[in-house]
Amino acid sequence: MSVITAYARARAVAAGVAQPIATVRHVHLAERPLVFVPLTLAGEANAPLAAMIGTDAEKPTLLTVPQPRNRDLRFAFAARLADIVVPYVDSFSHEVEPLRDTVCAVDAPQLIVPNPMGIEFTRLLGRSTRFRRTDGPYAVAPGVPLLGRWLTYFAERAEHPGSCALLALTDALSLHWATGQSALEDTNLAALMAWIDPPAESSGAQAAREAENPKVWPPAGPATDPEFDNQVLAPLIRAYDTSAPDSPARQRALDELEQALASQLEPTWHLMWRGIAHLRSLPPGVSVAGRWAADRRAFTDFHRYVSEGGAPQPRRDGAVAAAYRLNLLERARTTYEAERAFDDPLVMATHRLTGEAFQGTVVSVDRERRVPNEKGNLVTRPLVTVHTKDPVRLPAGAKVAAATRRSQTGLIVSVETVPDGTLVTLELSGGMGRAKVPPPGSVPALDEQLCYSGVLPENIPSPALPPVEETPWTHGGPPQPYEPSDEDAAEVWE
Amino acid sequence: MQNDTDARLRRIRGSARPTRHNARTIAALTGNPGCSRRTIVDTAGVDKEKLARHIGFPSRFGQSEFAITRTNAFQTLLRADDYAELTRLLREVFPEAPEQIQYLDLEATDNTDAQDQRYARDQALISQAIAGNTGATLFDHPLLSLNVAGQNVYLEPELLVFQYGGSAYVVQVRSFAVIDGQANGENVGQAALQAAGYVLALRQTLGNPDAAPPEVLLICPKDFSNVPTITRLDIRWQLIAVEYQLDRLTHIDTLLDALPPHLNLDLGLDASGNPTRPATELIDALRHLPARYFPECLSNCDLAFFCRHEATGHTAALGRSVREELGGIETIAEVLGFAEGTVAPPEEWDEAAALLRGAAWLYAESVAAAAYSGESAALGPSRDSREPERGVS
Repeated sequence: MSVITAYARARAVAAGVAQPIATVRHVHLAERPLVFVPLTLAGEANAPLAAMIGTDAEKPTLLTVPQPRNRDLRFAFAARLADIVVPYVDSFSHEVEPLRDTVCAVDAPQLIVPNPMGIEFTRLLGRSTRFRRTDGPYAVAPGVPLLGRWLTYFAERAEHPGSCALLALTDALSLHWATGQSALEDTNLAALMAWIDPPAESSGAQAAREAENPKVWPPAGPATDPEFDNQVLAPLIRAYDTSAPDSPARQRALDELEQALASQLEPTWHLMWRGIAHLRSLPPGVSVAGRWAADRRAFTDFHRYVSEGGAPQPRRDGAVAAAYRLNLLERARTTYEAERAFDDPLVMATHRLTGEAFQGTVVSVDRERRVPNEKGNLVTRPLVTVHTKDPVRLPAGAKVAAATRRSQTGLIVSVETVPDGTLVTLELSGGMGRAKVPPPGSVPALDEQLCYSGVLPENIPSPALPPVEETPWTHGGPPQPYEPSDEDAAEVWE
Repeated sequence: MQNDTDARLRRIRGSARPTRHNARTIAALTGNPGCSRRTIVDTAGVDKEKLARHIGFPSRFGQSEFAITRTNAFQTLLRADDYAELTRLLREVFPEAPEQIQYLDLEATDNTDAQDQRYARDQALISQAIAGNTGATLFDHPLLSLNVAGQNVYLEPELLVFQYGGSAYVVQVRSFAVIDGQANGENVGQAALQAAGYVLALRQTLGNPDAAPPEVLLICPKDFSNVPTITRLDIRWQLIAVEYQLDRLTHIDTLLDALPPHLNLDLGLDASGNPTRPATELIDALRHLPARYFPECLSNCDLAFFCRHEATGHTAALGRSVREELGGIETIAEVLGFAEGTVAPPEEWDEAAALLRGAAWLYAESVAAAAYSGESAALGPSRDSREPERGVS
C-alpha cells in the first residue's frame, strides 16, 4: 500500500468504479492457462468436494466427490484431476529452445485459481498426494503421486515474487486496479470484478454489495457457502450415502449432486475468464517476458527431475535448502519491485512521491569526462545534471538507473536545491561501449526527459552455506534424505 | 455504583436474556478497543446477531453442519473412555504427571440464572486443587470471570483447565489441522489471543496472577487425520497485548454517562423470541453509540455490516493502512478535496494535504503519459476523467 494506491482507492469511491494503478500488465498470461476452481468440504483439513477445470472457457470439466469423507472417492478425484493436470503439464515439455549448454521449454504451464486460498488448497492437495505409492497395499492410480509433485511445484513457485506459474486472480487484478473497498473485501472475486467491471446502470459499490450475497454469487471457493452446505449439499450427500450402489436412487443422487455443485462453480468459472480477459487487455510490461523465462527454466528443470523419477519434495526444507531458498526469494523480490517501477510510470509515481525516484530534464552533459579508477587507469565517467520538480530524497552517493537506460548506472554526485526545483548531478558508468568518448546516444543528451530511480534490483549476497551433508548440529544436522516409506503411502487422509 | 451500572446495562438490554462474553468476543474487543458501540453492546449482553438481523444487516457467520460435525467428533474423541486421549496428550507434555488424572465436568445444566453460584463453586474447586497441589486435575467447562471495561463479566466456558504441580494451565481444543508440524498462522494467532483472555480470566478468578502460567496447551488434529496432537504455546506476548488493550477500554460508566438516559436496545421479543420493536427505533438508538469501523470487523462482529454501511464515504472503510497512507484524514470527500485543491485544508492537515496534492498530480501525469504513448485503450475502465491541476508542492 502506498499513498498513490490509497489515493486511487479514494478516487474509486467517488467515481463508483475501480481506478487503474498500473498502465501495463505486470503478470504473464499464458496462451492457454489451466483455470482451476476447487471447492473443499467445510471443517476438513483438505477434503476436495468438487472442481471446475480446463483451458477452454467453453469446455470446463466438472469433477465431484459425492462423499468427501470417503478415502477411495478422494483418490478417485485426485486420479481424475491428475488425468487433466499431468498431460497439460507434459504438453509443454516437447518444444524446446537451446539455452547455454542445455535446453529450455519455449512455453510453460500456467495454473490460475480464484484467490490466495485457492493457492493454499493447491499446496495442501499436493502435500496429501505426492507421497502416495502406485504399488503395495495402499496403491493409488499412477497419476496421483505425479499430480502431488506438480501441485507442490506450482504452490512453491507461487511464493517467488514475480513468478506467474500459479496465479491467484484476485491478487493479479488487485495489482492493476484499486477499488473503492478494502483489500480484505477485494479477496472476494465477484466483489472485486464488480468494481473493476460494473454492470451497466450500476455503480461498483452497489454491484459489489450484490456480489457479496452468496445466493446470487456463490463464493469463489475453496470454502462453500454454509447455507448451501446445510440446505442443499448435506441432504444430497445423505441421499447418496443411503442409496444402494448402482440403484436408480444412487444415480439420481449423483446427478443432483453434480447439478448442485455445478451451480456453485459456474458463476466463478465465467468470472475467472472475464477477469483474465480484462487483464489481457493491458499491454505486457517490458520485463514480463524475462520473468516468464525464469518460470520456463524452473519448469524445464522440474520436468526433467520428475521424468527421471525424482522423489517427492520433502515435508519441510532442510536448513541449507531453506536458507538458499530465502535468499533467492529476497533477491527475486527486489528485482521484481525495481522492474515493475521501470516498466510502469504509475508504479514509478509511488517512488517519485517518496523521493526515491525523480523525473526531469537533462540540463548539462559532460560526455568526455575521464577520471582515474582505483588502479589509476583513466576511465570514462560522463557527468549529467538533471533538473527536476520532484521532491528528491536520495543522498549523494546513492545509485540510480533510468527506466529508459536500464543498463547504465548513475552515482549521485550532488543534489542542489534551486528556486524552481532540484538539480541532481550524476556520474554515469556502463552501457556506453568501450570507446574513450562514448558514442552519441549512449549517454543522455541535453533536454532529454528521464526518470531516474533508486529502487534497483539488489544482489543480496548469500552467506557461505555449507554443503548439505555438513549441515551443523545447530541446524538439526544433515537432513535425512527422503526414503519413500509404507507409512507415507498409508497416511490417513480422512 | 456497580448496582447502578448493572441496572443501566439491564435497561439497555431490555427484556431479553443476556448473552455471555466468550474468548472470541474478548479478542475482538481488544482488537478494536476504541469501539464504544461494541463495548457497550457486549457488556450489556445484547444479542448482536438478532439485533443485526432485525435492523436489516444480518451477519454472515453461518456454520456449515460439516464443520460442526467434525468439531463435535473431535471433541467427543478427546473425552471418550474417561478422557483417555486427553490423558495421553497431557502426559506427553507432563511425563511426570500421574497416570490417573482426576476429571471434573463442570458443564452447566440448562439453568443460566444460577451462574453466580456456579462461578463460586468452580472458583472454589480450582483454588482448592491448586492450594492442595496434589495429583493432577482436569476441569472441563469451568465458568470464569473477567473485568471488562470496569464490569465483571462471565466467560462462556469453552475451555479446559488442567491443574498440575500447583499451576492451572489453559487447554484449548481447536479443529484446524497441524500439518507437518505447521498450522495456519492466522488460526494459531487467533487461538493464542483467545487463550490469553482465558489466562487473564483464570488469574482473576483465582485472585492469583501466578496461578496460571503464560502458556496454552493447544490440541488440534494432526496432518489430514482426526488424531489429536498437543502443542505447548508461549503466549506471553498475547497476554501483554490483551491486558494492555483491556486497560485501554473506556470505563463503561464513562461510556454510559455520555448516552441519553432512556436509550435502550430492547428488541421487544415476543413469546416465540421474535423482535417486535420497530427497526428504525433501534437504528436511532445505535446511532448514539459511537462505532469505530474497520474492515477487520467483518470477520468478527455481528454488527459489522451495519457499521460498514454507516462508514460509507469514510477512509476507515477502506482499511487501516489506506487511512494511514491518507494521513488519517476522515472522509473521502476531504481527501479528494485536498488532493485536487478544491478544499483548503485546515492547518493541522497542511502536510497531509501537500502529500495528497503531490500524489494527485503524479497520478494524473503518469496516467496521461501512458495514454500519450498510445496505450490509452489499455487503461481499463475509467469513467472518471477529473484531473487535478496542481503540481508537486
